[in-house]
Amino acid sequence: MLKNRIIPCLDVKNGRVVKGINFVDLQDAGDPVEQAKIYSDGGADEICFLDITASNENRDTIYEVVKDTSKKCFVPLTVGGGVRTVEDISKLLNCGADKVSINTAAVQNANVVVQSSKKFGSQCIVVAIDAKKNEDKWEVFTHGGRNNTGIDALEFAKKMEDSGAGELLVTSMDRDGTQQGYDIDLMSKISSMVNIPTIASGGVGDLDHLVDGIKLGNASAVLAASIFHYGKYSVKEAKEYLDSKGIPVRI
Amino acid sequence: MNVTIVDYNSGNISSVINSFKEVEKDKIKIEVTSNLETIKISDKVVLPGQGSFKSCIDGLNSINGLVDTLNEFAIEHKKPLLGICVGLQMFADFGYEEVKTKGLGWISGKVSKIDNQDGKFKLPHIGWNEINIKKNSEIFKGIENNSHMYFVHSYEFVPEDKAVITATTDYSSNIVCAVERENVFGTQFHPEKSDKIGLKIIDNFIKI
Repeated sequence: MLKNRIIPCLDVKNGRVVKGINFVDLQDAGDPVEQAKIYSDGGADEICFLDITASNENRDTIYEVVKDTSKKCFVPLTVGGGVRTVEDISKLLNCGADKVSINTAAVQNANVVVQSSKKFGSQCIVVAIDAKKNEDKWEVFTHGGRNNTGIDALEFAKKMEDSGAGELLVTSMDRDGTQQGYDIDLMSKISSMVNIPTIASGGVGDLDHLVDGIKLGNASAVLAASIFHYGKYSVKEAKEYLDSKGIPVRI
Repeated sequence: MNVTIVDYNSGNISSVINSFKEVEKDKIKIEVTSNLETIKISDKVVLPGQGSFKSCIDGLNSINGLVDTLNEFAIEHKKPLLGICVGLQMFADFGYEEVKTKGLGWISGKVSKIDNQDGKFKLPHIGWNEINIKKNSEIFKGIENNSHMYFVHSYEFVPEDKAVITATTDYSSNIVCAVERENVFGTQFHPEKSDKIGLKIIDNFIKI
Protein backbone atom coordinates (compact mmCIF):
# COMPACT_ATOMS: atom_id res chain seq x y z
CA MET A 1 0.00 0.00 0.00
CA LEU A 2 1.22 3.48 -0.86
CA LYS A 3 2.10 5.43 2.26
CA ASN A 4 1.23 9.02 3.03
CA ARG A 5 4.36 11.13 3.12
CA ILE A 6 5.64 13.52 5.76
CA ILE A 7 7.79 16.26 4.29
CA PRO A 8 9.74 18.61 6.54
CA CYS A 9 10.34 21.89 4.77
CA LEU A 10 13.39 24.03 5.33
CA ASP A 11 13.22 27.67 4.35
CA VAL A 12 16.64 28.67 3.14
CA LYS A 13 18.06 32.15 2.77
CA ASN A 14 21.63 32.81 1.68
CA GLY A 15 22.46 29.18 2.34
CA ARG A 16 21.08 29.18 5.88
CA VAL A 17 17.84 27.80 7.30
CA VAL A 18 15.20 30.24 8.44
CA LYS A 19 11.47 29.98 9.05
CA GLY A 20 9.17 32.87 8.47
CA ILE A 21 6.04 33.61 10.41
CA ASN A 22 3.64 34.76 7.71
CA PHE A 23 6.72 35.20 5.52
CA VAL A 24 8.32 37.84 7.77
CA ASP A 25 10.23 37.92 11.09
CA LEU A 26 12.91 35.49 10.04
CA GLN A 27 15.01 33.62 12.57
CA ASP A 28 18.23 31.91 11.64
CA ALA A 29 18.22 28.32 12.79
CA GLY A 30 20.93 26.28 11.22
CA ASP A 31 22.79 24.65 8.43
CA PRO A 32 20.49 23.19 5.76
CA VAL A 33 22.66 20.20 4.92
CA GLU A 34 22.87 19.04 8.53
CA GLN A 35 19.19 19.71 9.10
CA ALA A 36 18.24 17.72 6.03
CA LYS A 37 20.42 14.84 7.14
CA ILE A 38 18.83 14.83 10.59
CA TYR A 39 15.41 14.70 8.96
CA SER A 40 16.26 11.92 6.52
CA ASP A 41 17.89 9.86 9.28
CA GLY A 42 14.78 10.46 11.36
CA GLY A 43 12.49 8.97 8.75
CA ALA A 44 11.41 11.97 6.66
CA ASP A 45 9.89 10.66 3.44
CA GLU A 46 11.13 13.59 1.47
CA ILE A 47 12.93 16.87 2.15
CA CYS A 48 11.81 20.21 0.81
CA PHE A 49 13.98 23.30 0.48
CA LEU A 50 12.33 26.59 -0.18
CA ASP A 51 14.70 29.36 -1.19
CA ILE A 52 12.51 32.12 0.18
CA THR A 53 14.15 35.28 -0.93
CA ALA A 54 15.39 33.90 -4.19
CA SER A 55 13.27 36.27 -6.21
CA ASN A 56 15.19 39.25 -4.95
CA GLU A 57 18.70 38.12 -4.26
CA ASN A 58 21.62 36.29 -5.67
CA ARG A 59 20.52 32.70 -5.49
CA ASP A 60 23.66 30.79 -6.35
CA THR A 61 24.00 29.73 -2.71
CA ILE A 62 21.05 27.34 -3.11
CA TYR A 63 22.89 25.36 -5.78
CA GLU A 64 25.72 24.63 -3.36
CA VAL A 65 23.24 23.67 -0.64
CA VAL A 66 21.47 21.27 -3.03
CA LYS A 67 24.75 19.77 -4.21
CA ASP A 68 25.97 19.14 -0.67
CA THR A 69 22.62 17.83 0.55
CA SER A 70 22.17 15.38 -2.31
CA LYS A 71 25.48 13.78 -1.45
CA LYS A 72 24.31 13.06 2.09
CA CYS A 73 20.56 12.49 1.87
CA PHE A 74 19.18 9.54 -0.04
CA VAL A 75 15.52 10.43 0.09
CA PRO A 76 13.82 12.64 -2.49
CA LEU A 77 14.76 16.30 -2.40
CA THR A 78 12.37 18.98 -3.66
CA VAL A 79 13.67 22.48 -4.22
CA GLY A 80 11.67 25.62 -4.92
CA GLY A 81 11.82 29.36 -4.70
CA GLY A 82 12.74 31.75 -7.47
CA VAL A 83 12.55 29.12 -10.19
CA ARG A 84 11.84 31.06 -13.36
CA THR A 85 12.96 29.15 -16.42
CA VAL A 86 13.52 25.69 -17.82
CA GLU A 87 17.26 26.43 -17.41
CA ASP A 88 16.78 27.10 -13.68
CA ILE A 89 15.05 23.74 -13.36
CA SER A 90 17.76 21.98 -15.31
CA LYS A 91 20.44 23.51 -13.09
CA LEU A 92 18.72 22.45 -9.86
CA LEU A 93 18.20 18.91 -11.16
CA ASN A 94 21.83 18.71 -12.19
CA CYS A 95 22.85 19.78 -8.70
CA GLY A 96 20.92 16.81 -7.29
CA ALA A 97 17.35 18.00 -6.73
CA ASP A 98 14.83 15.27 -7.53
CA LYS A 99 11.90 17.61 -7.98
CA VAL A 100 11.61 21.31 -8.54
CA SER A 101 8.68 23.38 -7.40
CA ILE A 102 7.55 26.31 -9.48
CA ASN A 103 5.34 29.08 -8.16
CA THR A 104 5.38 32.57 -9.69
CA ALA A 105 6.71 31.44 -13.06
CA ALA A 106 3.91 28.87 -13.42
CA VAL A 107 1.31 31.58 -12.86
CA GLN A 108 2.95 34.01 -15.24
CA ASN A 109 3.59 31.50 -17.97
CA ALA A 110 2.09 28.01 -17.87
CA ASN A 111 4.41 27.14 -20.74
CA VAL A 112 7.26 26.77 -18.27
CA VAL A 113 5.32 23.86 -16.75
CA VAL A 114 4.43 22.42 -20.16
CA GLN A 115 8.00 22.59 -21.44
CA SER A 116 9.75 21.44 -18.28
CA SER A 117 7.43 18.47 -17.75
CA LYS A 118 8.03 17.42 -21.36
CA LYS A 119 11.76 17.84 -21.03
CA PHE A 120 12.36 16.34 -17.58
CA GLY A 121 9.16 14.36 -16.98
CA SER A 122 6.12 15.28 -14.89
CA GLN A 123 7.55 13.35 -11.97
CA CYS A 124 9.98 16.16 -11.16
CA ILE A 125 7.68 19.12 -11.69
CA VAL A 126 5.78 20.33 -8.64
CA VAL A 127 3.60 23.41 -8.93
CA ALA A 128 3.40 25.38 -5.69
CA ILE A 129 0.13 27.24 -5.24
CA ASP A 130 -0.03 29.97 -2.59
CA ALA A 131 -3.71 30.65 -2.02
CA LYS A 132 -5.64 33.06 0.15
CA LYS A 133 -9.34 33.11 0.78
CA ASN A 134 -11.32 36.06 -0.51
CA GLU A 135 -15.02 35.77 0.31
CA ASP A 136 -16.23 32.56 -1.36
CA LYS A 137 -13.11 31.71 -3.34
CA TRP A 138 -9.37 31.35 -3.02
CA GLU A 139 -7.00 33.55 -4.98
CA VAL A 140 -3.50 32.69 -6.16
CA PHE A 141 -0.65 34.78 -4.81
CA THR A 142 2.83 35.03 -6.30
CA HIS A 143 6.25 36.41 -5.35
CA GLY A 144 6.39 34.66 -1.98
CA GLY A 145 2.88 35.77 -1.09
CA ARG A 146 3.31 39.44 -1.93
CA ASN A 147 1.22 39.76 -5.10
CA ASN A 148 -2.43 38.87 -5.46
CA THR A 149 -3.15 37.73 -9.00
CA GLY A 150 -6.90 37.40 -8.45
CA ILE A 151 -6.72 34.02 -10.23
CA ASP A 152 -9.07 31.37 -8.86
CA ALA A 153 -6.92 28.76 -7.10
CA LEU A 154 -9.15 25.81 -7.99
CA GLU A 155 -9.20 26.65 -11.69
CA PHE A 156 -5.46 27.23 -11.57
CA ALA A 157 -4.89 23.82 -9.94
CA LYS A 158 -6.74 22.11 -12.77
CA LYS A 159 -4.84 24.11 -15.37
CA MET A 160 -1.52 23.08 -13.82
CA GLU A 161 -2.51 19.42 -13.89
CA ASP A 162 -3.38 19.79 -17.58
CA SER A 163 -0.07 21.56 -18.18
CA GLY A 164 1.88 18.56 -16.93
CA ALA A 165 2.53 19.16 -13.23
CA GLY A 166 3.28 15.90 -11.41
CA GLU A 167 2.18 17.19 -8.00
CA LEU A 168 0.60 20.26 -6.43
CA LEU A 169 1.99 21.83 -3.27
CA VAL A 170 -0.89 23.82 -1.84
CA THR A 171 -0.10 26.47 0.79
CA SER A 172 -2.80 28.40 2.58
CA MET A 173 -1.57 31.96 2.99
CA ASP A 174 -4.20 32.49 5.66
CA ARG A 175 -2.83 29.67 7.77
CA ASP A 176 0.90 29.78 7.08
CA GLY A 177 2.78 30.52 10.28
CA THR A 178 -0.36 30.53 12.44
CA GLN A 179 -0.10 26.96 13.78
CA GLN A 180 -3.90 26.68 13.48
CA GLY A 181 -3.90 23.82 10.99
CA TYR A 182 -4.20 23.48 7.24
CA ASP A 183 -7.04 25.11 5.33
CA ILE A 184 -8.91 21.81 5.01
CA ASP A 185 -11.63 23.23 2.83
CA LEU A 186 -9.09 24.42 0.27
CA MET A 187 -7.12 21.16 0.42
CA SER A 188 -10.08 18.84 0.00
CA LYS A 189 -11.50 20.86 -2.88
CA ILE A 190 -8.21 20.80 -4.79
CA SER A 191 -7.50 17.15 -3.96
CA SER A 192 -10.84 16.00 -5.28
CA MET A 193 -10.56 18.14 -8.37
CA VAL A 194 -7.26 16.82 -9.70
CA ASN A 195 -5.95 13.32 -10.38
CA ILE A 196 -2.37 14.09 -9.36
CA PRO A 197 -1.06 13.93 -5.80
CA THR A 198 -1.46 16.99 -3.58
CA ILE A 199 0.74 18.15 -0.72
CA ALA A 200 -0.86 20.13 2.11
CA SER A 201 1.10 23.07 3.46
CA GLY A 202 0.72 26.06 5.74
CA GLY A 203 -0.43 26.20 9.32
CA VAL A 204 0.64 23.02 11.11
CA GLY A 205 0.79 23.49 14.87
CA ASP A 206 0.26 19.99 16.18
CA LEU A 207 0.10 16.40 15.01
CA ASP A 208 -3.68 16.33 14.65
CA HIS A 209 -3.29 18.90 11.90
CA LEU A 210 -1.23 16.38 9.93
CA VAL A 211 -3.96 13.79 10.44
CA ASP A 212 -6.60 16.25 9.25
CA GLY A 213 -4.58 17.18 6.16
CA ILE A 214 -4.62 13.56 5.06
CA LYS A 215 -7.99 12.34 6.34
CA LEU A 216 -10.07 15.45 5.68
CA GLY A 217 -7.95 17.28 3.12
CA ASN A 218 -7.25 14.09 1.15
CA ALA A 219 -3.64 15.13 0.70
CA SER A 220 -1.15 12.48 -0.38
CA ALA A 221 1.56 14.18 1.62
CA VAL A 222 1.78 16.71 4.42
CA LEU A 223 4.42 19.38 4.65
CA ALA A 224 5.43 21.14 7.83
CA ALA A 225 8.28 23.33 8.96
CA SER A 226 8.28 24.86 12.40
CA ILE A 227 6.83 21.94 14.38
CA PHE A 228 9.80 19.85 13.30
CA HIS A 229 12.34 22.56 13.05
CA TYR A 230 12.07 23.87 16.56
CA GLY A 231 11.90 20.38 17.99
CA LYS A 232 8.27 20.43 19.09
CA TYR A 233 7.89 17.00 17.48
CA SER A 234 10.25 14.67 15.68
CA VAL A 235 9.36 13.17 12.32
CA LYS A 236 9.30 9.79 14.06
CA GLU A 237 6.77 10.98 16.64
CA ALA A 238 4.64 12.39 13.85
CA LYS A 239 4.70 9.09 11.99
CA GLU A 240 3.86 7.07 15.06
CA TYR A 241 0.95 9.38 15.75
CA LEU A 242 -0.37 9.08 12.20
CA ASP A 243 0.04 5.32 12.40
CA SER A 244 -2.00 5.27 15.64
CA LYS A 245 -4.76 7.11 13.78
CA GLY A 246 -4.85 4.47 11.07
CA ILE A 247 -2.99 6.45 8.42
CA PRO A 248 -0.54 4.37 6.38
CA VAL A 249 2.99 5.67 6.91
CA ARG A 250 6.47 4.30 6.37
CA ILE A 251 7.91 3.39 9.75
CA MET B 1 36.05 -3.06 -10.79
CA ASN B 2 34.52 -0.54 -13.15
CA VAL B 3 30.86 0.45 -13.01
CA THR B 4 29.52 2.69 -15.73
CA ILE B 5 26.40 4.77 -15.31
CA VAL B 6 25.17 5.44 -18.82
CA ASP B 7 24.77 9.17 -19.43
CA TYR B 8 22.50 9.62 -22.44
CA ASN B 9 20.54 12.78 -21.62
CA SER B 10 17.87 10.77 -19.82
CA GLY B 11 17.15 13.54 -17.37
CA ASN B 12 18.37 13.79 -13.86
CA ILE B 13 20.99 11.19 -12.98
CA SER B 14 22.89 13.03 -10.27
CA SER B 15 21.06 11.12 -7.53
CA VAL B 16 22.09 7.83 -9.12
CA ILE B 17 25.70 8.98 -9.30
CA ASN B 18 25.67 10.23 -5.69
CA SER B 19 24.19 6.98 -4.38
CA PHE B 20 26.75 4.76 -6.11
CA LYS B 21 29.56 6.99 -4.85
CA GLU B 22 28.15 6.87 -1.33
CA VAL B 23 27.91 3.08 -1.34
CA GLU B 24 31.33 2.37 -2.74
CA LYS B 25 33.27 5.38 -1.52
CA ASP B 26 36.58 5.05 -3.40
CA LYS B 27 36.72 1.28 -3.62
CA ILE B 28 35.63 0.98 -7.22
CA LYS B 29 35.75 3.19 -10.27
CA ILE B 30 32.45 4.75 -11.24
CA GLU B 31 32.27 6.25 -14.70
CA VAL B 32 29.43 8.42 -15.91
CA THR B 33 29.57 8.43 -19.68
CA SER B 34 28.11 7.36 -22.99
CA ASN B 35 31.54 6.50 -24.33
CA LEU B 36 31.19 3.14 -26.08
CA GLU B 37 34.70 1.93 -25.31
CA THR B 38 34.29 2.68 -21.60
CA ILE B 39 31.00 0.76 -21.54
CA LYS B 40 32.56 -2.21 -23.35
CA ILE B 41 35.34 -2.63 -20.78
CA SER B 42 33.05 -2.07 -17.77
CA ASP B 43 32.27 -4.86 -15.37
CA LYS B 44 28.78 -3.56 -14.70
CA VAL B 45 26.47 -1.06 -16.29
CA VAL B 46 23.67 1.02 -14.80
CA LEU B 47 20.97 2.29 -17.13
CA PRO B 48 19.02 5.07 -15.45
CA GLY B 49 16.00 6.71 -17.03
CA GLN B 50 13.67 9.57 -16.25
CA GLY B 51 11.04 11.32 -18.29
CA SER B 52 9.04 9.48 -20.91
CA PHE B 53 9.75 6.09 -22.49
CA LYS B 54 10.05 7.76 -25.87
CA SER B 55 12.41 10.50 -24.70
CA CYS B 56 14.71 7.89 -23.12
CA ILE B 57 14.71 5.65 -26.21
CA ASP B 58 15.35 8.73 -28.36
CA GLY B 59 18.21 9.58 -26.00
CA LEU B 60 19.78 6.13 -26.45
CA ASN B 61 19.34 6.27 -30.22
CA SER B 62 20.83 9.75 -30.45
CA ILE B 63 24.21 8.33 -29.50
CA ASN B 64 25.63 6.42 -32.42
CA GLY B 65 26.30 2.77 -31.56
CA LEU B 66 25.06 2.98 -27.97
CA VAL B 67 22.17 0.52 -28.35
CA ASP B 68 24.45 -1.98 -30.14
CA THR B 69 27.05 -1.61 -27.40
CA LEU B 70 24.46 -2.18 -24.67
CA ASN B 71 23.13 -5.22 -26.53
CA GLU B 72 26.62 -6.60 -26.80
CA PHE B 73 27.28 -5.94 -23.10
CA ALA B 74 24.06 -7.34 -21.68
CA ILE B 75 22.86 -9.91 -24.20
CA GLU B 76 25.96 -11.29 -25.91
CA HIS B 77 28.48 -11.02 -23.09
CA LYS B 78 25.87 -11.41 -20.34
CA LYS B 79 27.49 -8.90 -18.01
CA PRO B 80 25.40 -7.47 -15.14
CA LEU B 81 23.22 -4.52 -16.02
CA LEU B 82 20.79 -2.67 -13.75
CA GLY B 83 17.96 -0.62 -15.23
CA ILE B 84 16.26 1.91 -12.96
CA CYS B 85 12.75 3.28 -13.55
CA VAL B 86 12.47 4.01 -17.29
CA GLY B 87 15.82 2.20 -17.53
CA LEU B 88 13.90 -0.97 -16.58
CA GLN B 89 10.92 -0.08 -18.76
CA MET B 90 13.14 0.09 -21.83
CA PHE B 91 13.86 -3.67 -21.49
CA ALA B 92 10.37 -4.15 -23.02
CA ASP B 93 9.49 -4.70 -26.68
CA PHE B 94 7.29 -1.62 -26.79
CA GLY B 95 6.30 1.38 -24.71
CA TYR B 96 2.99 3.19 -25.10
CA GLU B 97 3.80 6.56 -23.49
CA GLU B 98 3.10 9.43 -25.92
CA VAL B 99 3.29 7.11 -28.95
CA LYS B 100 4.04 3.44 -29.48
CA THR B 101 7.84 3.23 -29.28
CA LYS B 102 10.11 0.26 -29.80
CA GLY B 103 12.12 -0.71 -26.74
CA LEU B 104 15.33 -2.70 -26.36
CA GLY B 105 13.40 -6.00 -26.49
CA TRP B 106 15.51 -7.70 -23.81
CA ILE B 107 12.51 -8.93 -21.83
CA SER B 108 9.32 -9.55 -23.80
CA GLY B 109 6.45 -7.35 -22.76
CA LYS B 110 5.03 -3.89 -22.96
CA VAL B 111 4.96 -0.69 -20.93
CA SER B 112 1.53 0.81 -20.50
CA LYS B 113 -0.19 3.37 -18.31
CA ILE B 114 -1.16 2.27 -14.82
CA ASP B 115 -4.92 1.77 -14.59
CA ASN B 116 -6.08 4.51 -12.21
CA GLN B 117 -9.57 2.98 -11.97
CA ASP B 118 -11.38 6.05 -13.27
CA GLY B 119 -9.50 8.50 -11.13
CA LYS B 120 -9.76 6.51 -7.92
CA PHE B 121 -5.97 6.37 -7.75
CA LYS B 122 -3.76 9.39 -8.28
CA LEU B 123 -1.06 9.30 -10.93
CA PRO B 124 1.89 9.50 -10.87
CA HIS B 125 2.24 6.77 -8.26
CA ILE B 126 4.52 8.87 -6.04
CA GLY B 127 5.91 7.92 -2.68
CA TRP B 128 6.96 4.99 -0.53
CA ASN B 129 5.38 1.64 -1.14
CA GLU B 130 6.13 -1.87 0.05
CA ILE B 131 7.68 -4.40 -2.26
CA ASN B 132 6.48 -7.99 -2.27
CA ILE B 133 9.49 -10.09 -3.07
CA LYS B 134 8.41 -12.94 -5.34
CA LYS B 135 11.71 -14.62 -5.99
CA ASN B 136 15.17 -14.78 -4.57
CA SER B 137 17.38 -12.29 -6.28
CA GLU B 138 20.98 -11.28 -5.81
CA ILE B 139 19.91 -7.67 -5.52
CA PHE B 140 17.49 -8.44 -2.66
CA LYS B 141 20.08 -10.13 -0.45
CA GLY B 142 19.51 -8.95 3.10
CA ILE B 143 16.37 -7.03 2.09
CA GLU B 144 13.29 -7.97 4.06
CA ASN B 145 10.03 -8.65 2.32
CA ASN B 146 7.64 -5.67 2.47
CA SER B 147 10.48 -3.16 2.68
CA HIS B 148 9.56 0.34 1.57
CA MET B 149 10.96 1.77 -1.64
CA TYR B 150 10.47 5.13 -3.29
CA PHE B 151 8.38 5.16 -6.46
CA VAL B 152 7.54 7.82 -8.97
CA HIS B 153 5.97 6.68 -12.22
CA SER B 154 2.73 6.55 -14.20
CA TYR B 155 3.60 3.63 -16.48
CA GLU B 156 4.26 0.01 -15.65
CA PHE B 157 6.16 -2.81 -17.27
CA VAL B 158 3.97 -5.82 -18.07
CA PRO B 159 6.27 -8.72 -18.97
CA GLU B 160 4.91 -11.68 -20.95
CA ASP B 161 6.83 -14.25 -18.97
CA LYS B 162 5.83 -13.79 -15.33
CA ALA B 163 8.86 -15.80 -14.25
CA VAL B 164 11.05 -12.71 -14.71
CA ILE B 165 9.18 -10.86 -11.96
CA THR B 166 11.18 -10.66 -8.74
CA ALA B 167 8.98 -8.16 -6.89
CA THR B 168 5.63 -6.42 -7.16
CA THR B 169 3.97 -3.57 -5.33
CA ASP B 170 0.30 -2.92 -4.61
CA TYR B 171 -1.29 0.22 -5.92
CA SER B 172 -4.38 0.32 -8.11
CA SER B 173 -3.31 -3.16 -9.16
CA ASN B 174 -0.38 -5.44 -8.61
CA ILE B 175 2.47 -3.56 -10.27
CA VAL B 176 5.68 -5.21 -11.38
CA CYS B 177 8.47 -3.37 -9.59
CA ALA B 178 11.51 -5.57 -10.10
CA VAL B 179 12.54 -7.97 -12.84
CA GLU B 180 15.50 -10.20 -13.51
CA ARG B 181 16.52 -12.24 -16.50
CA GLU B 182 19.88 -13.89 -16.11
CA ASN B 183 22.32 -10.97 -15.87
CA VAL B 184 19.77 -8.22 -16.53
CA PHE B 185 18.19 -6.59 -13.47
CA GLY B 186 15.64 -3.83 -13.23
CA THR B 187 13.81 -1.86 -10.57
CA GLN B 188 10.82 0.37 -11.19
CA PHE B 189 11.44 2.05 -7.85
CA HIS B 190 14.43 4.27 -7.18
CA PRO B 191 16.97 2.52 -4.96
CA GLU B 192 19.06 5.70 -5.08
CA LYS B 193 16.22 7.55 -3.31
CA SER B 194 15.10 4.75 -1.01
CA ASP B 195 17.28 5.60 1.95
CA LYS B 196 19.58 2.98 3.51
CA ILE B 197 17.57 0.03 2.26
CA GLY B 198 17.85 1.33 -1.30
CA LEU B 199 21.60 1.81 -0.94
CA LYS B 200 21.75 -1.83 0.16
CA ILE B 201 20.26 -2.86 -3.20
CA ILE B 202 22.90 -0.82 -4.99
CA ASP B 203 25.57 -2.47 -2.86
CA ASN B 204 24.12 -5.89 -3.72
CA PHE B 205 24.24 -5.11 -7.43
CA ILE B 206 27.85 -4.01 -7.21
CA LYS B 207 28.74 -7.22 -5.36
CA ILE B 208 27.19 -9.56 -7.94
